[in-house]
Amino acid sequence: MYVAVKGGERAIENAHRLLANARRGDQTVAEVSLDQISEQLGLAVDRVMSEGSLYDRELASLAIKQARGDLIEAIFLARAFRATMPRFGTSEPVNTGAMRVQRRVSATFKDIPGGQILGPTFDYTHRLLDPSLAEGFVPETPASAEASTAATPRVTDILGRDGLIETSPQAEDGASVGDLTREPLNFPADRDLRLQNLARADEGFLLAMGYSTQRGYGRNHPFVGEIRFGEVEVEFAAEDVGFAVPLGSIELTECQMVNQFKGSTTEAPCFTRGYGLAFGQSERKTMSMALVDRALRARELGEEALAPAQDEEFILSHSDNVQATGFVEHLKLPHYVDFQSELGLLRKLRKEFAETSAGANAPDAMKEAAE
Amino acid sequence: MTTIAELPPGFADKVLSAQSTFRSVMDAMARPGSVQPIVPMAGAPDTMMRGTAAIALTLFDHDTPLWLDARMADSSDVLKWLKFHTGAPVIQDSSIAAFALISDGVLLPALERFALGTNEYPDRSTTVIIQVDSLGTGRSFELRGPGIDGVATLQASIRPFDLFERLRVNETLFPRGIDVVLVADDAVVAIPRTTRVVSKGV
Amino acid sequence: MNAPAYNFAYLDEQTKRMIRRAILKAIAIPGYQVPFASREMPMPYGWGTGGVQVTAAILGPQDVLKVIDQGSDDTTNAISIRKFFAKTAGVATTTSTDEATVIQTRHRIPETSLHANQVLVYQVPIPEPLRFLEPRETETRRMHALAEYGLMHVKLYEDIARFGHIATAYAYPVKVNARYVMDPSPTPKFDNPKMDNCPALQLFGAGREKRIYAIPPYTQVVSLDFEDHPFEPYRFNAPCALCGAENSYLDEIVTDDKGSRMFVCSDTDYCEGRQAAGHHGAQSAAPYKDKAQEASNG
Repeated sequence: MYVAVKGGERAIENAHRLLANARRGDQTVAEVSLDQISEQLGLAVDRVMSEGSLYDRELASLAIKQARGDLIEAIFLARAFRATMPRFGTSEPVNTGAMRVQRRVSATFKDIPGGQILGPTFDYTHRLLDPSLAEGFVPETPASAEASTAATPRVTDILGRDGLIETSPQAEDGASVGDLTREPLNFPADRDLRLQNLARADEGFLLAMGYSTQRGYGRNHPFVGEIRFGEVEVEFAAEDVGFAVPLGSIELTECQMVNQFKGSTTEAPCFTRGYGLAFGQSERKTMSMALVDRALRARELGEEALAPAQDEEFILSHSDNVQATGFVEHLKLPHYVDFQSELGLLRKLRKEFAETSAGANAPDAMKEAAE
Repeated sequence: MTTIAELPPGFADKVLSAQSTFRSVMDAMARPGSVQPIVPMAGAPDTMMRGTAAIALTLFDHDTPLWLDARMADSSDVLKWLKFHTGAPVIQDSSIAAFALISDGVLLPALERFALGTNEYPDRSTTVIIQVDSLGTGRSFELRGPGIDGVATLQASIRPFDLFERLRVNETLFPRGIDVVLVADDAVVAIPRTTRVVSKGV
Repeated sequence: MNAPAYNFAYLDEQTKRMIRRAILKAIAIPGYQVPFASREMPMPYGWGTGGVQVTAAILGPQDVLKVIDQGSDDTTNAISIRKFFAKTAGVATTTSTDEATVIQTRHRIPETSLHANQVLVYQVPIPEPLRFLEPRETETRRMHALAEYGLMHVKLYEDIARFGHIATAYAYPVKVNARYVMDPSPTPKFDNPKMDNCPALQLFGAGREKRIYAIPPYTQVVSLDFEDHPFEPYRFNAPCALCGAENSYLDEIVTDDKGSRMFVCSDTDYCEGRQAAGHHGAQSAAPYKDKAQEASNG
């Protein structure tokens, strides 16, 4: 006697209890705290904040803990929470020129006003596993000096003064800012929406796409004009107040890529821009983003758009890891109703094939095809 | 001069009243010609029927540019009420309106002056809400189209008298077109762009 | 920490308004995919976020909700979604097709005929029926605008040339109200005829792809075909092993590793209702054997 499968509800509850135990792991091992995640896995937190579009270190740390360190799952948790938040408006544009920089490098000039600042970076570390880090490690006190009062103007602004780089497009006063989480994306998309999409995009996807432009799939001769990482103020202009109110400061990484020049008979040649911005310290992400942003400007700049990275619909439709992971992983949901329909069709086609195939070889051929 | 405190109230229960009003409008749109009741749970400013007010509270917000006929546009009570309860921007250019409110059908402009959508995005059209004298008594109209099992009969007292003749423009425009919602007090009837109407006379 | 507080049926009111406006447009333009600003839901894209948003936008306290996946109320994803609404909206839930006012489904249309006081909400993964022929939204949108569906007919015809049949077994394209070619979601083509002239309102939600579309009640829905190759619904030719139904869609259940199979209704409510009414399948005590094997066993 066959009884249809029942008890799915209990199975789900049991599975979730198992998950909770697996997440905790061996309970004789100390539990990881949100502070520990925030302080010691800071770059993971930065990534979850960036791709989760939610600047909150504590919630991002919680998401990482809840997701057992699976960052895409953590990004998903942050996004789902963010979607329920009320929206008060749009902040004033942040001034990255006034950033309190902790790190700042330019590949285009040997020295720049305000200086090159290496800051905390993996660059020039020798990637040798360090056993002393395994336990009880106390780092040396970092070197310190009087904070410099020198301004750190953006390299692209320096180039811009001589007209060597295209001017950064300025939005009209009071122009609304697109938001793809509130309006469905249509193609072709404006650059504000493209940049929003890229800022939320999966780091790995952007990295691969940016890399492909360097290998000739949409080459655009990039130079790192500047990467800067540090704190900026966020201000909000409330309608009733009449002036901008400071909300606090956030850490950002900005990458300005200086690219292949454009020009025409009516316009003097100048370099073009690619732009990347992310929460926290996210250099790989912002550099990749700047490469892809520039590649996506191909049509606007009158270039042939043949490479994947230049294909707006392709990039913007596949860059989001929460969307991608959901749809890829949905394949594990039951599909047996459709499969049964396919099976029925395939059996019918095979039967007809067997009937119409003349000669003794036909059954063998079919057997091969089945294997 | 009306102060905000003196404005007719919005929904007592924003969530559930909006849900119930929406279901009435959805059922009306899905079953053209059927008269759907709206349970009135909100106040309404001058010139606005209770059903119209409920629909406004349910569907309008900052994202829905709104066009008003001259009578409504002249009423500061209506403007204040709409701004306070819905936040919908009232605009002069009917061709970009998401919704149009017609307090009196004789003030209905030519339908071509509203957004008709494009063939690529036929949904970018104006939904026109017209207040009428009666949905239940008056002339008989025979309706056919999606949502209707064969033929539906609507008895209504409607201005402008030639509304359904005017709506025949939907036949040639489709998939572009105008969707109409008729309101009589707390009763609502929808005539989406797919509905074909023949007058049966008295 | 910012502790979350959630609204009735989870979605905030602004989101509901936006979805409700899209639903009205979808009903007014049958089969046309209305873009909407799909929200990030607390369940993965591809797992019913579109259907869940549509349901959340229409659901009220007086509703009775049924959720099915593969025709069954007891599949894990159906349970998960039903629990979500029981928790966030406190609505009554049911497994009975007849009693439900809102039915959210993935991959099936119930066997029991729907009635006029019901809304069927489909979860849709890829709403664009032309997507597998033309990946670009800009192109497919133009094709719909011009009602230029030649590409679809070419594809179906190529199937016939190669296999002798239209080789689409599920998500079989339909034409709605003689205008828009529409994806019925990945239901088996067996279910296509149920969409035609259906008394219930049918709403389709695609969350990841951000589209809502609809079939109003009593609307013509035609499966695409050719005069010499008419549309044929597929059903395994056997009665249900549990309830004996001759006209329901069947799941194939593998009962051992020697080729034994049994076939039972995919619609569990329908099957249980029939059994409760005294119908029994011939095989309910023993698994159905493959015909060929039965023959060879004598």
